Amino acid sequence: MTSTVLTTAQPGADAPRPTLGERIAPQIQRRGALAVLVLVVVIASATSDTFATWSNVSSILGNNAFVWLLALGMTFVIITGGIDLSVGSMYALGGVLGAYGSTHGTWLAVLLPLAVGAAWGTIQGLLVARARMAPFIVTLVGLLGLRGLMQAITDEGATTYLVPRHSAFRSLGAGTWIPVLIVAVFFALGALLLTRTRFGATLTAMGGNENAALLLGLPVARAKVLVYLLSGTLAAAAGALGGARLGSGVTTIGIGYELTAIASVVIGGTLLTGGSGSVSGTVSGVLLLAVIHNLIDHYFSQYGSAFTDTVNGAFLAVVVLMQTLLSRTQQLE
Amino acid sequence: MVQQDLDTPGDFVLEVAGANKTFAGVHALRGVDFALRPAEVHALIGENGAGKSTLIKVMTGVYRPDSGTVRLAGRARDFRNPLEAQAAGISTIYQEVNLVPLMSIARNLYLGREPRRFGLVDVARMNREATEVLGRYGVHVDVTRPLRSLGLGAQQMVALARAVQIDARVVIMDEPTSSLEPREVDTLFSVIRDLKEQGIAVVYVSHRLDELYAVCDRVTVMRDGAVVHTGALAELQRLRLVSLMLGREMSTVREKGTTAFDTERHERREGQPTLRATNLSVRHRVHDVSLDVHPGEVVGLGGLLGAGRSETAKAIVGALATDGGTVEIEGRAMHRRSPAAAIRAGVVMLAEDRKTEGIIPNLSVRENISLAALPRLSRAGLVSQAKQDEITTFFMKRLRIKASSPDQKVSDLSGGNQQKVLLARWLCLNPKVLLLDEPTRGIDVGAKAEVQALIDELAGDGLGVLLISSDLEELIEGSDRVVILKDGRVVGHLADEEVTEEGLLDALATAPEEAEGEATVPGSSGETPVAAATEPAAPSEPAPVKENQR
Repeated sequence: MTSTVLTTAQPGADAPRPTLGERIAPQIQRRGALAVLVLVVVIASATSDTFATWSNVSSILGNNAFVWLLALGMTFVIITGGIDLSVGSMYALGGVLGAYGSTHGTWLAVLLPLAVGAAWGTIQGLLVARARMAPFIVTLVGLLGLRGLMQAITDEGATTYLVPRHSAFRSLGAGTWIPVLIVAVFFALGALLLTRTRFGATLTAMGGNENAALLLGLPVARAKVLVYLLSGTLAAAAGALGGARLGSGVTTIGIGYELTAIASVVIGGTLLTGGSGSVSGTVSGVLLLAVIHNLIDHYFSQYGSAFTDTVNGAFLAVVVLMQTLLSRTQQLE
Repeated sequence: MVQQDLDTPGDFVLEVAGANKTFAGVHALRGVDFALRPAEVHALIGENGAGKSTLIKVMTGVYRPDSGTVRLAGRARDFRNPLEAQAAGISTIYQEVNLVPLMSIARNLYLGREPRRFGLVDVARMNREATEVLGRYGVHVDVTRPLRSLGLGAQQMVALARAVQIDARVVIMDEPTSSLEPREVDTLFSVIRDLKEQGIAVVYVSHRLDELYAVCDRVTVMRDGAVVHTGALAELQRLRLVSLMLGREMSTVREKGTTAFDTERHERREGQPTLRATNLSVRHRVHDVSLDVHPGEVVGLGGLLGAGRSETAKAIVGALATDGGTVEIEGRAMHRRSPAAAIRAGVVMLAEDRKTEGIIPNLSVRENISLAALPRLSRAGLVSQAKQDEITTFFMKRLRIKASSPDQKVSDLSGGNQQKVLLARWLCLNPKVLLLDEPTRGIDVGAKAEVQALIDELAGDGLGVLLISSDLEELIEGSDRVVILKDGRVVGHLADEEVTEEGLLDALATAPEEAEGEATVPGSSGETPVAAATEPAAPSEPAPVKENQR
C-alpha cells in the first residue's frame, strides 16, 4: 500500500481534526457488543463451574445456531432501512415444509422450504419496492399470513410431519458441529456479500440515503426486492434445518423470533434506521444474547423465562440509547 | 431577443429541443431549447421556479419530458433513469451533496463502479485510488473515514471528483459553490478549467453573478419555464442579465404598479425598533447581517435567490442555528434562541413553503388557526372549545378566509386561503413583528391583492413587518425601506424615494469591487472576505447555538 494518510495538517484540507470522542464513538458502535460479550464470557467462566464446560457451550451453540440465520437476513434488511417481521412465522413454516418434504425425499425437504421462502420474500420485496408499501405493514401481513398458512397445512397443528428416522435430512441438524459449521458458512458468505460486492454497497447506500443512492444511479428497487428475497429464503432455510434437528415440523415455535433477531442485529451495532452495520456485529449480537440467556437460565431459573425477556428488553434499550448518543457525538455541525 | 446560434445541430454535445413538462397542471417547462457545445462552460440561470431544476432533471434522466427531445452528440436519447444518463456520459453534482454520509469517502467516490477482482470489490485498490484522485482536488484525508467526517466543502469536492471520474462528456453543476469556502471555489474553478481543456462541457447553475462572469462562456436565462435568452456571457451586461432574470425592463418601469399596496396607510413610528438584529451570522449562509424594524413599518428584504433572505429570517426566529449576532425585541435581547422563544417574545414567521413548513393538511381550518395559540387557550391542559371558536370566527372574518365552515379541511382550500389561515395562526398570538417569507407565492391574483392589502393594514395597526419577496413589484411597492442582501451580506439600503426598481436592480447587479466582500472570483485578493468568513468561529463570540434549535 503506497497510499499514505495525509491528514489535516495543512490548513486547506477542510477536515476538522476528530476529537477523542469522534474517533472512539464509531469503534464502540461497531465493536461494543463484542467487548461486552468477551467481558460476560470471562466473568461467567470465572464465577461458574458449569458455564465453560463443553456440554454447556455445545448446547448454547447447537440449539441456537439455526435461529441466528434469521438475524443474518435481518441484518441486510435493517441496513437498507427496512424491517422483516415475517421471519419468525417463516421459520416455523420452513420447519413444517422441511419435515413434510423429507417424507418424500431429502431433496424436496431442502428445496420446498427454500422455494416457498424465496417466493414469499420476493412478493414482500415487490410490495415494498414497487408498490412502495411500508415494510412494517407488508411483513406484518407475512407474520400473520404465513402462520395461518402453516396452521392450514398442519390441520391447525393436528397433523405433525415427522422426519424419517434414517433420512439424510436429519443429519443436517444433528450434533453441534454440523449446525455451527453450516451457520458459520452462511455468515461468512453474508459478510462477503455485504462488504465486498456492489450489491452490499447498494444496500448500505440506500439505507444511508435512498434519494442519493437513486441519483447515484444505483439499482435501488432491485436491491430492495433481493434483500427481502434473501431474508425470506434464509428464514425458511433456518426453519427447515431446525426441523431437521428436532425431527419434526413443530408448529408452536418461532413466535417472537423476529423480535429476537431484530434485537441481536441492533445490539450488534447495526443502525435501526439503516445505512450502517455489519455481519460480524450481528455475530456478536446473537452470541451475546445467547450467552446471557444461558446465564439467566442458570442463575435465575426460579424466576422463569419472563425474566430473560425483561433482561433482553433492558439490554436493547441500553444499546439503542448508546447508539443514539454515539451518533450524536459523531454528528458534525 | 433570443440571439441566434450559428452552429449546426451536430456541433452540440447535448441538446434539448422543444421540451415541455407539466406537474399537476403547472407548466414547469414550456418548449425549452437548450444547447451545449463541447468544451464550454454554460451558465444556466433564473429565479426560483424558472424551470432550471426541471430542465436539469430532464437532461439527467430524473424526469422524462412530456414532449420534446434530448440529443446527446446528435443522437436522440430517452433516458429512463439517472443511471442511463450517467452511463451515456452526463453526470451531475447536486446542490445538496447527494452522497451517503455514513459510508466511507472511498466508497462514496466509487459507489456502483467499484474496482473488482475475482468478482469481489477490491477494497485496497479502491482506497488507494480514492486517495490519489482526491489528492488532485486538494482533499488530503483518510478515505476510509465516513464521508460525514468531512466538511461540506470537501464533501462537495468528493461529489465533483465522482462526477468527473465517470468518463463524463457533460458535467452539470447545480449551485456547486453554495457550501464552499472562497478557497474551495478557487479549486472548483481550476477543476472546471481542466474539464474544459479535456473537451468536457459544463452546465453551471449559480446565482452568484461574479462566479458566472469568472468561469462561464455562454449563458441561458430562464423565466417561468421558458428560455428568454441564450448567448455569449461577456456580451451581456450585469444589469441586463438581472433584468432578464427578473423579467423587468429598466426602461419600462410602470408609473403605478399593479399591487394592492398603499404605503400611505401606515407610517413608521419613531423611537425604539421592535426588532433589531445585529451582526447575525449563519455558517456559509449569512454574514454579519444587521437590520431593524420599527412599529408600523414594512421593511423589505431584497436580493436574488440564494442571497440569504430566508436564512436571515429563520436566524431571527431561531429556526436556524446562528454562529453569532444578537436579536433584540423592543430593546430586550433574546437569550434563548428557538422558534418557541421567539413566539413568546412576539416574533413570528410565515414560512416560505406553505406545504412543508406551514399547514397541517388533514386538520380543519379551526385547528390550523388555533394550533400555535393552544397554550394560551387552555386551562389545566384542557383546550377551551369556546375560545377556540371565537378566535377562529374572528380571524376568518377579519382575513376574509373563504371556507365552508371552520371544520373544513385546510387542504381543501385554495392556496390563497391556506396562506390566510397561516397568517391567522400567527396573528392570534398578538405578535409584535411579523416575518413574511414570500407571502404571495403561488396564490392567485385576487388573493394576492388581498394578502397585500392585509400586510398594509397590519402595519397600520402598528406591527413591524419584514417582507421577503422575489416579486420585485411587491417588494418595491410594499416596503417603506429595503435592505439588500447579496451572498449573505448586506450590500445596500434603500429608503423612501430610493425604493424603486432601478435602485434595486442597480444594487443587485453591482460588481464585486463596488459591493465589498465577495471573494469568489479567483485571482481577486481574498483577504478581507476570508477573515469575515472565519469570524463567526472566533472564540470571543458568545455561543447562542442551542442543540434544540433545529
